Amino acid sequence: MMGGSEITTPRGSRGSVPGGTVWVFLAPFLLLTLVFVVYPLTQSAVLATQQTYGPSAKTFVGAENFSGIATDPLFWKSVRNTLVYAMGSLFIQLPLALALALALNSPRLRARSVYRLIFFSPQLMGLVFVSILATLMFEKQAGLVNQAIHSVLGGFGPPEGVGSWLDYPWLESKVMPTLILISLWMYVGFNMVYFLAALQSVDASLLEAAEIDGAGPIARFRHVTVPAIRPVASFVVMLSMIGSLQLFELPYVLLDNSGGPNNQGLTVVMYLFQQGFEVGDLGYASAIGWALSVMLIGLALLQFWLMRRDEA
Amino acid sequence: MSSNSARLARAAALQIVLAALAIVTLVPFAWLIIASLKTREDFFASTFFPPGDGPLGIGWDKLTLDNYRRLGELGFELNFVNSMFYASATAVLATLISASAGYALAKFRFRGRGAATLLVLGLIILPPTLLIAPGYELLFNLGLLDTVPGLLLPFLAPAFGVFLFRQSVTQAVPDQLLEAARIDGCSEVEIFFAIVLPLVRPMIGAFLLITFLAMWNNFISPQIVLQSPDKQPLSVAIAQLRGLYRTDYGLLMAGTVVSVAPVAVLFLLLQKQFISGLTSGAVKG
Repeated sequence: MMGGSEITTPRGSRGSVPGGTVWVFLAPFLLLTLVFVVYPLTQSAVLATQQTYGPSAKTFVGAENFSGIATDPLFWKSVRNTLVYAMGSLFIQLPLALALALALNSPRLRARSVYRLIFFSPQLMGLVFVSILATLMFEKQAGLVNQAIHSVLGGFGPPEGVGSWLDYPWLESKVMPTLILISLWMYVGFNMVYFLAALQSVDASLLEAAEIDGAGPIARFRHVTVPAIRPVASFVVMLSMIGSLQLFELPYVLLDNSGGPNNQGLTVVMYLFQQGFEVGDLGYASAIGWALSVMLIGLALLQFWLMRRDEA
Repeated sequence: MSSNSARLARAAALQIVLAALAIVTLVPFAWLIIASLKTREDFFASTFFPPGDGPLGIGWDKLTLDNYRRLGELGFELNFVNSMFYASATAVLATLISASAGYALAKFRFRGRGAATLLVLGLIILPPTLLIAPGYELLFNLGLLDTVPGLLLPFLAPAFGVFLFRQSVTQAVPDQLLEAARIDGCSEVEIFFAIVLPLVRPMIGAFLLITFLAMWNNFISPQIVLQSPDKQPLSVAIAQLRGLYRTDYGLLMAGTVVSVAPVAVLFLLLQKQFISGLTSGAVKG
């Protein structure tokens, strides 16, 4: 094992191979990344200053795309819709996921792994397939959702202006609540898996010690559990925000390749897609992409700052 | 003792709430499968199973595979084969490329290692949305629109995978083993395939599944890149089916079942690896 061989360097274990071989392992990744990620990324900045008609006809417009976005009511509508959805994730979906994880983490619970599997299972269906299923589930009359509500609340009479609960207009005038409901079904179990993994790493002896010291369940949760799961929680929040802000397939398919009635379900990425591939202006689409990225980076920095402040 | 019985009551209440939530979670699946087996008339006539004289008061004889047969007539199996091929090819190649790059970053010391690591970390947080428009332009310029390489190539080098494999190689592969193999005269490529890959097998399983699922469920890329109907995967085909047969509920549900069943089976077989792979980035990292 001592460095007699010509391939070991005197510095020891790491890097004890002839230079050059490493590139055999790195080249496929680097090559593909340079061509299909780094180069388009630079082009994205160039495109954002152009107006295009399809991928080949272009004119330079400078910052016009960005000033266009700033005064584009449809863009702001898409931002508002996307933020509503993201807030639904943050304030409804994630708390539910944590609550479910806490429930599944309670000692002596039977069939924990079965529950975990069941709650996670909607995640297996891709967004497109969920959208197709949801289109029919939220349909008037024949849809399962309205039939279920009708059989439970039928006696109470429908809300104003709706003939019966069977006619509740989910996909016509309640698009955002519909999207949030679907996302609960899809993602609560998914995020629960992360929380559950984190909870299982909480030091049980610390919880016991706190209990012996007379700390109630809420105090134990705040002072023992929360600090222990904070890194994972922050990862989940980030993941969920990044995903929510890039929402596309679900409303796109659910609403028949459109923003839905009155663009109630138009999201930022959907607007990007419409501008780039239906209108054909890849420049404006790129500018929307940058605006969204700025929002994402801003959120990441905000979260980073909040974490830091909490730790201090 | 009273605290004991209170505890029991709480545990029972918890079981009931969880069981109810589990049922709510599963009902859409049941509805989906049953709807795919019903005729159009029965779809409107009954919420779940059509009533009849069979056991449990269900008209079992009214269930039919007709919707599935019609999917076949519409050429849906071609889309199925496409999805299988795209997802498998992406999974195998992306896993191999990520594993080899992750290995390089974990175990080699070379000029540019810091820069390469930084590149990987930077790309993980890059929103893919930013690449939609310029990615399309690039594929157009390369003549790769409406081609299979145009669909797959952008997904073969996931930075997230490189990061995961870098972690897992660092943890699972001892330096001494690599050195011993080198002294024994193994080539670097042999070492990678015979020593490194077997040691990170759990991560390989997880990442194969993650990439397979991601490609199987991918909609926006094939929607943008592919135009020929005979190249479309299930995700795009079913969205188009919906555009054409909007009220043909049984057909749409059958198409959804066919699209979801393979990944569900795969997941049930590999769920442990999948969940550990998903959470490894968060919990250990």
